[in-house]
Amino acid sequence: MGIFEAILLTVITAATPLVLAAVGELVTERSGVLNLGVEGMMIMGAACAFIATQVTGSPYVGILAGIASGALFSLLFGFLTLTLVANQVATGLALTILGLGVSGMIGEAYVGQSGIKLPQIVFPVLSDIPFLGPLLFKQDLIFYLSIAVVVGVNWFLFRSRAGLKLRSVGDSHASAHALGINVIRMRYLAVMFGGACAGLAGAQLSLVYTPQWVENMSAGRGWIALALVVFASWRPWRVVAGGYLFGAVSISQLHAQAFGIGIPSQFLSALPYLATIAVLILISHNRRTTLINTPASLGKPFVPDR
Amino acid sequence: MRIELERRPEVSRLFSILSPVIALALTMIFGGIMFLLLGKNPITALHSFFIEPLMEVWSLHELAIKAAPLIMIGVGLSVCYRSNNWNIGAEGQFIAGAIAGSILPVVFHEWHSPLVLPLMLLLGMLGGALFAGIPAFLKAHLNTNEILTSLMLVYVAQLFLDWLVRGYWRNPGGMNFPETRTFDPVAVLPEMIASGRTHWGFGFALIAAVAIWFMMRYTLKGFEITVLGQSERAGRFAGFSTRKMIWFSMLLSGALAGLAGIAEVSGAIQQLRPVISPGYGFTAIIVAFLGRLNPLGIVVAGLVLALTYLGGEAAQLSLGVSDKVTRVFQGLLLFFVLSCDTLIRYKIKLVWSNLTGTATEGAH
Repeated sequence: MGIFEAILLTVITAATPLVLAAVGELVTERSGVLNLGVEGMMIMGAACAFIATQVTGSPYVGILAGIASGALFSLLFGFLTLTLVANQVATGLALTILGLGVSGMIGEAYVGQSGIKLPQIVFPVLSDIPFLGPLLFKQDLIFYLSIAVVVGVNWFLFRSRAGLKLRSVGDSHASAHALGINVIRMRYLAVMFGGACAGLAGAQLSLVYTPQWVENMSAGRGWIALALVVFASWRPWRVVAGGYLFGAVSISQLHAQAFGIGIPSQFLSALPYLATIAVLILISHNRRTTLINTPASLGKPFVPDR
Repeated sequence: MRIELERRPEVSRLFSILSPVIALALTMIFGGIMFLLLGKNPITALHSFFIEPLMEVWSLHELAIKAAPLIMIGVGLSVCYRSNNWNIGAEGQFIAGAIAGSILPVVFHEWHSPLVLPLMLLLGMLGGALFAGIPAFLKAHLNTNEILTSLMLVYVAQLFLDWLVRGYWRNPGGMNFPETRTFDPVAVLPEMIASGRTHWGFGFALIAAVAIWFMMRYTLKGFEITVLGQSERAGRFAGFSTRKMIWFSMLLSGALAGLAGIAEVSGAIQQLRPVISPGYGFTAIIVAFLGRLNPLGIVVAGLVLALTYLGGEAAQLSLGVSDKVTRVFQGLLLFFVLSCDTLIRYKIKLVWSNLTGTATEGAH
């Protein structure tokens, strides 16, 4: 395997959690809900996936635990913002703060344990294709899931009736309500989908990226995923492009060190965060295109009048 | 059964005051349940968490020291949040202020003058304000979401501080520990009360709270903040500028966070280390909401959240539970505060059947 291929493999590993969390949040935001708690749901997913794997010995149970914990945790956000119409920005922050706290507490007993890495699933024949084979067909389950989720979300949003309803809820909840769509139920489902994806992204961190539990191991990836949704102007395939770009930036640190480039490691570590800011500026300085792409009801509370 | 909201004809004054209290009570109850699950007696656990730290003079001083940055940052954030500017990067502005203020005692450590301390505080405010100026500029002029940019800059500030104290600013006589030289006595914020360690940072926090309270209540600027926050359109008709408000609120909150940073470093730590804050900038967000974005309420809220830090340390020593409990308590508290705030504007009804439409008034 060439060095270029090896680098690409690490890019894929770094990009997968970003893509997953961002595409989940994309669905949530398309329904008009801004959940800033991605970081919290992700870290809960990472902790629960790791603990479940250690307890049962099966990383696949870990994956399920990650998904379930993310979805359940997002319900808390849903209850506050959808049922109690609390401020979405503040509640999302609360979810992140609580998630970092709870995961730190439940994970404390597992610090320093070496985990079980999610095994690769090798597709026969296909994985023998030179260059592309090992990159695309010799990966773990979560990578395949990330691609499936993107394809599925893209189909759902733009090709299915339910997806059309979801987008209408996000663009004008009052009109959707008048048409008889259950706005609140739709949003609950979208929030839970976002939570499940963030939880799965977290599971990738503690089962694939670094198979162990470290407090705060999500390290701002949930926030980067939020920025990716803006960057992708709420379109699933652009999330993939953005995710891989960011994956490349975030692992450049490791490779720069390997090549002995004399830049202080802190500056390289800061790159993904600075890149996020740069990308946000590029995307949003044009007020009109931002306005066209943003779901019109994003972040606005809805109380059905009876 | 489902929950329905009915908008109150006007904001409930009763619940404006009661809601933080209910939230605190609910946090205690859930905290007790959590301790029970951890196998501890909930009553003794809550006692050592919330009461014991209040029983000794020295720990009351610790409370004031921890409350100082929380109040100072929270007061600044309240102005931001009231005007609908979501600065969540106060942690970074705190660090930027600490770094900028430390230039004098670290780089120019041979300069002993009574001017050092006031200049440090000014530099701290300037550093925090400049750092908050980045998301302010990006939002006001390039339409970039301030939530994400201000948060991203927290990581940048943390990494920059880490680099400084391991590199150019490392104490030459410090056995290679990643920390700067300890500050000269002229650069140390003096104690405020004779009985203990409480430094003037706490005094500054109280002054800031009263000043901002006065501004919000009695000045045109305060009115402008409220109007623009509630309705940008109405604000524009009144001739207020959204763009100027972004700058004003972000720079103000950045300066206060920066002041909190240099006051903490100069008053409590007396040197820079890779980590100088246990998340004050994030906890201050909870403080701002628990205080219902009212500067005087924030003083009380700051003391309550400072207590959770002390309580976590106390519970770790006396009960052997992890100090991570603190973060859980803080998160729970913010959740309950946000849910209880619904009571101010809505009546919550539990509906048992949606066919007949018979509604039963809930407990609230």
